[in-house]
Amino acid sequence: MRVVWKKQGVREAIAGYSFMAPTIIVMGTFVVLPITYALFLAFNKVRILGELSYRFIGFKNFIRMASDERVLIALKNTAEYVTIVVPIQTILALLLALILNSKIKGKNIFRIVFFLPTVTSSAVLTLIFMWIYNSNGLLNNFLAFLGLPTYNWLGDPAVALKSIMLMNIWSTAPFYMVIYLAALQDIPESLYEAATIDGANPFDQFVSITLPLLKPVTFFIVVMGIIGTFQLFDQSYIFSAGSGGPNNSTLTVVLLIYQYAFKSLDMGYAAALALMLAGVIMIVTLVQRYFFKEEN
Amino acid sequence: MKSLNWLKGFLYIGLIFYGIITFLPFAWALSASFKPLSEIMAGGSYFIPDHFTWDNYRTIFFREPLFGRWLINSLVVAAFITGFNILFNSMAGYALARIQFPGNSFLFFVILAVLMVPGQITLIPSYLILKNLGWLNSYQGLIIPNVVNATFIFMMRQFFMNFPKELEEAAALDGLSRGETFFSIVLPLAKPALAAQAIFIFMGAWNNFLMPLIILSDPEMFPLPLGLNTFKGQYISYWNYIMAASMVLTLPALVIYAFFNRYFIQGVTFTGSKE
Repeated sequence: MRVVWKKQGVREAIAGYSFMAPTIIVMGTFVVLPITYALFLAFNKVRILGELSYRFIGFKNFIRMASDERVLIALKNTAEYVTIVVPIQTILALLLALILNSKIKGKNIFRIVFFLPTVTSSAVLTLIFMWIYNSNGLLNNFLAFLGLPTYNWLGDPAVALKSIMLMNIWSTAPFYMVIYLAALQDIPESLYEAATIDGANPFDQFVSITLPLLKPVTFFIVVMGIIGTFQLFDQSYIFSAGSGGPNNSTLTVVLLIYQYAFKSLDMGYAAALALMLAGVIMIVTLVQRYFFKEEN
Repeated sequence: MKSLNWLKGFLYIGLIFYGIITFLPFAWALSASFKPLSEIMAGGSYFIPDHFTWDNYRTIFFREPLFGRWLINSLVVAAFITGFNILFNSMAGYALARIQFPGNSFLFFVILAVLMVPGQITLIPSYLILKNLGWLNSYQGLIIPNVVNATFIFMMRQFFMNFPKELEEAAALDGLSRGETFFSIVLPLAKPALAAQAIFIFMGAWNNFLMPLIILSDPEMFPLPLGLNTFKGQYISYWNYIMAASMVLTLPALVIYAFFNRYFIQGVTFTGSKE
């Protein structure tokens, strides 16, 4: 009996490892190894022209960040971007979800239309918006038609980042709307019925039933939003042809990492910047976990 | 009751207004792709082209030598990535959910940890590793690092955890091995989960910008999003060509979305509820 069991165990182990083999090999090579490698790179001066060589320099890469003006600009831009985009896209997503969740006809059509930006490539969206933002493009024509002031949406350093914000709110809010919609549909109808009997008006119901029950989802959406906005790259890159201009106004942290790694070929410093970004993102995630646990 | 009708009308107006805002940029781009450049430069705001023409599409496909190649690159890379992911993620998810082997829970822990790590951290090391393997500017460099995905391994594990055990037990009694049971019995029944997975992976691969940007320098290897960006540099203010190329890049994703939109929503709600 023992022998049979053992044989079975070996067979299961072989099956298990063969099923896992592609995952182990690929994740080992392209996720786990790179993470360790990134930790190593961040503490070295790396030369990649000619023979690849490393020189251990301790924390110098991290110390350098504090006095690097472009790091501060990128952080400032990214922070500004996060603090404006995340609240607006979250509220917009909630509003749209609330409306779609009410008894309304043609829900599916609206849902399909709203979702279009989510399935469209960031490159395409950025190019379409660049064209609409163009100095004699659709948006300025429309503003002029209404008698409102027009802007140089792409070329004016005071406006360029806001142009990207506007585009991203537009393109990501519907994604979060779908998540809210699913959460709204999970709230039992009986709660609202009971509240109606107790004489609560729709606004009271929203404040004392809907909002509290949506709290976990809202946390999740806010954290996803923060992580997503911190990682902004494609839009800035295409908008500014890789420069982060005009006048560094669209420079984001990831774009800066890209520039240091692949334009200045300063891989060690870029790896240190990536670690810093990952650290910030992970802290945000952990803070969210902490609050989330408190809730439960 | 009257106030309720008012409210409803108000909601519809809101929805329609937002629908228009969402749809407008696409409609505007589509209409530009059928206009001659002169009409675009004239700066009118009419959606129906005065002089409807296929010339922009003809130019990018026949006079632009690399455009067809970019389209093919994108299709090949996205198709391979999708196929491999469906297979490998399901296998890994199944093993984690159902097979007792030493290291099972450790590997599951690693997958969960990988989910937490932002992609930017692996960017530079992955580039150096691919360079070392001699895989820069190659299909394998674009495909192989992306053939598994932690999020969807996790999703498939959850799916197989809730999968009825009886079928597999019956198969085992019939003398089928784990591999045979998985491929002939379990996988065919997992189609909805595979569809949700396939759509997300395909869209991700089809639209990916950053990774190809880093590992490719040879324009012949570019996928469409990178090609489009090159186009923008090359045809500054030839918005007719750029919009036609954008529409070509958007169409396949739209068709897939239109057909599978039910699974798509499932996938999003899964992503939303996994925490």
